[in-house]
Amino acid sequence: MESAVNRFKQSRKVLAEYTYEPAALVRGYTGKTLFVDLSTGLIKSKEVTRTMKDIFIGGRGFGLWYLWQAVNPQTKWNDPENEIIISSGPVGGITQYPGAGKSLVVTLSPLTNSVIDSNVGGHFGPYLKFSGWDALEIYGKSDKDVFIIIDGDSGKVTIEEAVLDTTACHLISEILTEAFAHSESDKKNISVVSAGSGADHTLIGILNFSFYDPHRKVVRLKQAGRGGTGTVFRDKKLRALVVRFSGLKAKSNNPADFERIVAAGKRINREIRELDDVQNRMRQVGTASLLTVMNDYDLLPVHNFQYGSHVDGPKISTEVFRSRFTQNVFDGCWHGCTLSCCKAVDGFELKTGPFKGEKVVVDGPEYENAAGLGSNCGIFDPDCIIEANFYCDTYGIDTISTGTLVAFIMECYERGIINKEITGGLELNFGNKEAFMELIHQMGRGEGFGKIAGLGVRRMKKIFSEQYGADSNFLQDIGMEAKGLEYSQYLSKESLAQQGGYGLANKGPQHDEAWLIFMDMVNKQLPTFEDKAEALHYFPMFRTWFGLQGLCKLPWNDIEPEDNKQTDEPAKVPAHVQNYVDIYNGVTGQNIDKDELILQSERVYNFQRVFNLRMGFGTRKDDAVPYRSLGPVTVEEYESRAERYDSQLKELGLNVEEMSTGEKLKALRKHREEMYEKLVDVVYQRRGWTKNGIPRLETLRRLGIDFPEVVAVVEKHL
Amino acid sequence: MVEINGHLVKWEEGMTVKRLLEIMNYTFPMIIVRVNGEAVNKEEWDTYPVPRGAKVQALHQIAGG
Repeated sequence: MESAVNRFKQSRKVLAEYTYEPAALVRGYTGKTLFVDLSTGLIKSKEVTRTMKDIFIGGRGFGLWYLWQAVNPQTKWNDPENEIIISSGPVGGITQYPGAGKSLVVTLSPLTNSVIDSNVGGHFGPYLKFSGWDALEIYGKSDKDVFIIIDGDSGKVTIEEAVLDTTACHLISEILTEAFAHSESDKKNISVVSAGSGADHTLIGILNFSFYDPHRKVVRLKQAGRGGTGTVFRDKKLRALVVRFSGLKAKSNNPADFERIVAAGKRINREIRELDDVQNRMRQVGTASLLTVMNDYDLLPVHNFQYGSHVDGPKISTEVFRSRFTQNVFDGCWHGCTLSCCKAVDGFELKTGPFKGEKVVVDGPEYENAAGLGSNCGIFDPDCIIEANFYCDTYGIDTISTGTLVAFIMECYERGIINKEITGGLELNFGNKEAFMELIHQMGRGEGFGKIAGLGVRRMKKIFSEQYGADSNFLQDIGMEAKGLEYSQYLSKESLAQQGGYGLANKGPQHDEAWLIFMDMVNKQLPTFEDKAEALHYFPMFRTWFGLQGLCKLPWNDIEPEDNKQTDEPAKVPAHVQNYVDIYNGVTGQNIDKDELILQSERVYNFQRVFNLRMGFGTRKDDAVPYRSLGPVTVEEYESRAERYDSQLKELGLNVEEMSTGEKLKALRKHREEMYEKLVDVVYQRRGWTKNGIPRLETLRRLGIDFPEVVAVVEKHL
Repeated sequence: MVEINGHLVKWEEGMTVKRLLEIMNYTFPMIIVRVNGEAVNKEEWDTYPVPRGAKVQALHQIAGG
């Protein structure tokens, strides 16, 4: 390690330099954006306008606004005009309320060819802001591998080249942290953003955002996982970003009303202290708390989303991972996050790949990783899941997309759609751990069948049908992607609202917009189409807000006040909504209420919908989903839950005793597809969109986003 | 029969809230139970009777993901 650090330090060569006086923060904003053009080496400061703050707020909103200015409808993800924008948000960086250290990454996705946004922990976003920048806007492409170094202490930004001995993200982050820290105690002041070799070779590349863990004395990684942000980063020939900032204080954000923030923080911190151990145990198991529950409620994806539970589910239960996670250590990915959910497996000995035999710290697995890399691929071995988690992260590939695309490949392999000749000898049956790990290594190395896998489900469907004669309709049914993005890891077959939550999501089927399965399927709280549509309006808007502020969603509802059950709308966790109103007002000095909070999101959400339209999709046909997300595709899927499906057909007045399974499948499919289309109608209406999913002009006017260029895009579709 | 979250379940002699949740495999730790509209604290689930024909709501307090 020491020699790698020295080689890096000695080989550093500055290609471009910019010095600045870090802007003072005023109520959560610096008022400046750092612009870097990798094609020309231009580095400059841009003003953050009043309109940006009023309409786009920060974070994802700033990213969307800058990207809109940079690209045109013909821009592709690998054009120099495509930007990567990283921004926290006005609330981001406070330390008095949990989950306030997030960064939002926005770019054109290589998977969807439209906008992707990804919300990530680690220290980069807040340190960037405290270094004087509300956002970092990266434009252009370098002709050689480069680093962007932002020194918020001295007020200097450089574009540099240097020798880096590795493409593994855990080592890149470690080397750069060592190289830029003046001492052991200074390491906490460094944050690195990196992409690994998997981002060079796949379309599902991620960005790893680091923070230094002073308890373990290691650099930890959090992932901007969805949509191929790392692939864009490497296409720009970026090797890493580094920020250093050493002056963090309780009031670094210079809030308008510090005491109001402190009061909200005290309320939720008391709840976490007193209730987390009897609620979701986030401090013990993180989001892996969901594993046992999902298997028990038939919602855990098994064998490419065919089934919702498995007899071996208990082998990868919450308790199993609890026993692997180190307990009683602070695992927050930002200062002051008492929910402390980014659990880690310490001293894990790797059994495969380039680091075989080494003992490493593995960040996670979180629920999505364990479900995607585990049950969905028929893997019920926690060690294999932890190993796959580590390699996905360090190669820099998305665990969620990897889980879903490998599961798709495995089903195609088992059904004879592809074979050993096509996979280069890999026997990719469900549960084959050796083949599974080798495929991940191939994606990391850009070799063999890994190159095909790394293109994602949508492109594989085309390849398998065009080159190997597969039935394209069947592949469309079982290939779990929409808009080009792979599904995240929840079975939505029995929840119409969740089907809409996935299918209507702006960036593709990621659950961060709406997670309504329990409200809908289990609690039966959304009995009518109007109820579901209201939920599919409120929750996506509410959740969008976290991405405007630099906040994490988890402290909203993964801890709940004791009296939440007595409120009128417990699913909204009203007391925590009020906390968010308080901390926003406390930081910015504004006076919004919970309705204005939703309006802030609605503006950005609708702008993103129009952005999709501008890039060539975003109409009703793009909200179509694979049938497997709505119901059983195959006879064996139907028969595995025959009692459930039969009873639904009986409710429709059908005589199931006289029907074959094939006939029942067809009847159920017709019904469920009609239900989905009806849901889409009602949701569009609730959101103020046309029947084709286009935001109406009056909606744009009501929201104050009727800018001429926005109206021009919409008018073409009306 | 008893109804729980819209599902019909065969009533059993001496049925308690705990037994009904077991039948449904409702294992989530944060559930609010109401039997015929009356809230039942978790400490009472072991003994609280579910009468024949009861309408039971088991509200899972989860909006995760």
